[in-house]
Amino acid sequence: MKNRTEASDIMTDLQTHAAEIAEQFSEELDIDETTVRDRLNTLVEEYSVPADEARRSVINSYLDEADIDRDELSGSDGNEEIPLASIDEDEQWIDVTAKVVELWEPQNEAIAQVGLIGDESGRTKFVAFETSDLPAIEEGAVYELENVVTDEYQGDYSVKLNRTTDIEKLDTDITVGDSATTIEGALIDIQSGSGLIKRCPTDGCTRVLQNGRCSEHGTVDGEFDLRIKGVIDDGETVTEVIFTREMTEKLSGITLSEAQQMARDALDTSVVVEEIRQDLIGAYYRISGPELGRYLLADTVDHLTNPADPEAVLIKARSI
Amino acid sequence: MSTEDIPTREVAKRAFATEFNDAGFSFKESDDERAPVYLLFPTGAKANRVFLIGTLTETEDVGEDNEYWRGRIVDPTGTFFVYAGQYQPEAAQELRELTPPAYVAVSGKPRTFETDDGTTNVSVRPESITVVDATTRDRWVVETAERTLDRIAAFEDEGNEYARMANDEYEIPIDQYIESTVSAVESLDESTDELNTASTEGTAQNL
Repeated sequence: MKNRTEASDIMTDLQTHAAEIAEQFSEELDIDETTVRDRLNTLVEEYSVPADEARRSVINSYLDEADIDRDELSGSDGNEEIPLASIDEDEQWIDVTAKVVELWEPQNEAIAQVGLIGDESGRTKFVAFETSDLPAIEEGAVYELENVVTDEYQGDYSVKLNRTTDIEKLDTDITVGDSATTIEGALIDIQSGSGLIKRCPTDGCTRVLQNGRCSEHGTVDGEFDLRIKGVIDDGETVTEVIFTREMTEKLSGITLSEAQQMARDALDTSVVVEEIRQDLIGAYYRISGPELGRYLLADTVDHLTNPADPEAVLIKARSI
Repeated sequence: MSTEDIPTREVAKRAFATEFNDAGFSFKESDDERAPVYLLFPTGAKANRVFLIGTLTETEDVGEDNEYWRGRIVDPTGTFFVYAGQYQPEAAQELRELTPPAYVAVSGKPRTFETDDGTTNVSVRPESITVVDATTRDRWVVETAERTLDRIAAFEDEGNEYARMANDEYEIPIDQYIESTVSAVESLDESTDELNTASTEGTAQNL
């Protein structure tokens, strides 16, 4: 029974792949879904090729046939223009109109430009690669970017510019929404109230319990949560940053249920924060998010693992 | 990001070992017994907290009755000494358990003490000691070079009170810190990876 279900799932998948491929080539080639599906089916059923690989192989043969580059294959025509904040899928071809909020120093030779673009809805990281050979975009200017691809890394979305991206500078300004602040520095401390904590379960309260007590609702049976209150310090300024459960799980590699298990095994919740401290303190991060009172709420976090570039410093030294 | 009613956390200043060890002068900015004690960097800045990354080359329990751990942490310019005893239990435990050599990150408070022969030694009382990797160490070296050069560039600025104080307290030609900073940064090309394997074994870097 189970096998049959799986088999029919695969067939449905192939049908979907076939429909997408046929659609992608609808302008260049005269092909129909059935032909595509048969080719996929042959690879998958007779040659035991995984569906993804089969799809790739079939697309490549059609690319050859139509004599076009893989890079130029852009999904269907006429992408949807969408607000940056609503990007929630990987590998979508979209159009955006956005202002270049910030350009960062590329940490990799393959990258031509990297930074943040923003529209009324929010901000998103963008990357343009050297190989795409695109005109450079300028900080502070507004552009219409047609044919960019969304990318997802650990739940954070970005957009990639590519060879087919059409860049048009607009003579307007955009008020970029969600005034996210971006900081960079070393995580030099994790404050108390971090790690595995308990929150008050009363509706709308969520206060963190101290010794099983909520400051508003007294002794309650709390609900477990994970968070980090961290201190980012770049040698000139100090910023306190809150990492929510999702971000804490990502950074530490410890899920809430694993944390609870660790605490049960040790009969002590503090083992969780101790392990997080050992893993995270001393590392450098780039963090952006909105400011909430004295804290920055970490929306996106990049662990800065690339070797630092010493050239700029040597130039500075020579100028003194 | 701080407001008036929240006491501001002291920034962790960056300095290479050679400058840090030269900084024998410390001072307070108020008569309050609990006022923070600042170390005066020769390049003109006050430091109540420091953050450093280097190679832990040696640990030793130098205590008599109680454990008192000393760690030697080497950067491209010299050696930082860190001391942790019963009042820094986590840091003392790290020094007890770590096997040198390893890249470590330390945040802590500068301390000075006068030896019998009248010289002043400068050390760090650690708040935390964690194992890091070689790229993180390199990043610290470049960052510390930037901060040091910024201080040197601002040394002659009018109104730079800590530079004036340094000028009065120390007889050190400031140019020597440009030289040590440049050679620290230049040393990065040669030393990358020498300890990478050793330092990543001890810790699982999850991300």
